[in-house]
Amino acid sequence: MKVFIVPPNSLILFDLVERFGHEPLSTMQLIQEMVDNLEIDSPPLNVTPDDVKRGLKYAGIEVPSGIRGRLAVWSELFEQADATIIMEDAPYAFGCVGCHRTNLILNYLLRQRGMPLLELRYPLDDEEAMTMVLQVKGFLGGLK
Amino acid sequence: MIKIAELSCGTEYSGVQGEIEAAASTVGGKMVYPDIEAEDIDNAVEEFGFNPVSPQLRLMIARAIHLVEGHYDADAVFISSCFRCAEGALVRNEIRRYIQLHSRIPVVTYSFTERTKASQLLTRMEALVTIVERKELLARERQVGLTAGIDSGSATTKCVVMRDNEIIGKFWTPTGAVIDTAEYVFNEACKEAGIKTSQLEAVGVTGYGRFTIGKKMNAKLIQEELTVNSKGAVWLADRQKGDATIIDIGGMDNKAITVHDGIPDNFTMGGICAGASGRFLEIVSKRLKVDITELGQLADRGDYRKVKMNSYCSVFGIQDLVTTLAEGKTMEDVAAAACHSVAEQVYEQQLQEIDVRQPVIQVGGTSLISGMVTAIKDVLGYEPIVPPHSQYIGAVGGALLSSGFLEG
Repeated sequence: MKVFIVPPNSLILFDLVERFGHEPLSTMQLIQEMVDNLEIDSPPLNVTPDDVKRGLKYAGIEVPSGIRGRLAVWSELFEQADATIIMEDAPYAFGCVGCHRTNLILNYLLRQRGMPLLELRYPLDDEEAMTMVLQVKGFLGGLK
Repeated sequence: MIKIAELSCGTEYSGVQGEIEAAASTVGGKMVYPDIEAEDIDNAVEEFGFNPVSPQLRLMIARAIHLVEGHYDADAVFISSCFRCAEGALVRNEIRRYIQLHSRIPVVTYSFTERTKASQLLTRMEALVTIVERKELLARERQVGLTAGIDSGSATTKCVVMRDNEIIGKFWTPTGAVIDTAEYVFNEACKEAGIKTSQLEAVGVTGYGRFTIGKKMNAKLIQEELTVNSKGAVWLADRQKGDATIIDIGGMDNKAITVHDGIPDNFTMGGICAGASGRFLEIVSKRLKVDITELGQLADRGDYRKVKMNSYCSVFGIQDLVTTLAEGKTMEDVAAAACHSVAEQVYEQQLQEIDVRQPVIQVGGTSLISGMVTAIKDVLGYEPIVPPHSQYIGAVGGALLSSGFLEG
């Protein structure tokens, strides 16, 4: 199954999803494709005004362009997701969207989609880390 | 007295709370504030699934849930937050969706600035009260019997005659003397329909001249254009269920209305400068020496990117036009730039206040100009629906809603 991860660029969540037999939907490949798109001249990510307009599907024009742009980019992934894992309170090194407001609406949109969803808090010690991995394993194992 | 529950953030500190209450009271409403226990707020936020940082936005969410679950009695909801607050805009919109999904309580939303005055809120409040008082009438999706609708607009007056959910006659003309023009289009539409005016079972009237015409013609329905136009647009586009955005660029002004199940919940209206209306395109047509009906096809053959045009002011816009023509740019590119300029202004000015929901239904006189439809598509990034008879939304809405009086 296709599993969207939050933060969408988390290498650890990516690895866990792949390790337990599912397809992680992360931004790494997507961003790579955008960065390599030599036909568009909007460095560094090649996000265009048209991309930002696509974000209007999720948030009104009054919502800042950075949020709409992020949503437009992530939507390529979460629109095809069968399940989601959300990690809250993660430090920057774990993965980061860079915008708290985007996190708010992204997580809300994911919750509204009615797909299997696992919400986790970032583990603060070894024991919590092991529990987190077990939770992820149990969740992914239960996905049919 | 219509009880309007206020779910808002920042109204007191923006100095607009008094204006909101004044607007409500003018249209026979009263603002009320759902009571919430402090300890219930966090649970409500968790249940809702959107976790804003600002406490007053959290209170808004708790109040919304309280209303939907029936713990507080209100006839309508007014959701409001400060203009340009991202967190507020996100919460405002998700609360609006939540209430519409889980209840039948009508909602309007608004993002305010410190300059917001009661008069700006009046149409919204009036529409809200209309939606409450005429809930059953507005739920009507089929026209019955033989009825007519007249839309007395600022630039043109339109009339439609309908029988058993079909348009059988229509006519429009530029607005002159309000009553004379209305009677003229009324008679011509009846002539096209092949009926005598005395055969009509009901007449519905909307637009600027609605009170004068309605009284003279003994109309069964005299109603503001926000609710009437919305019904007409979704009927014509066959999008009566779910969300939609209606973009109505008329001869003198423009409106963007968001609707849910054909009932408006927010709108914005422009018209400070003719640059964002059909009037600017008329001036452009004259300068290009083409008929307004040919401007659209001309624009479709051009590329707006080749011409810089600013229609924020129609005078400067025409100056740009003259300069670019003098530089040797083609008529096609100039026509395309003119259409794009109007679309961009509507996008940047009017659509600032609303959340654009798909599908977009483009109506009003300018929707007949194909280049204008292309420009809206370019600016929004998706294709608008242009229903047949798209300039007749108000008249169709009037005919449709007035037929509701025939069935008791």
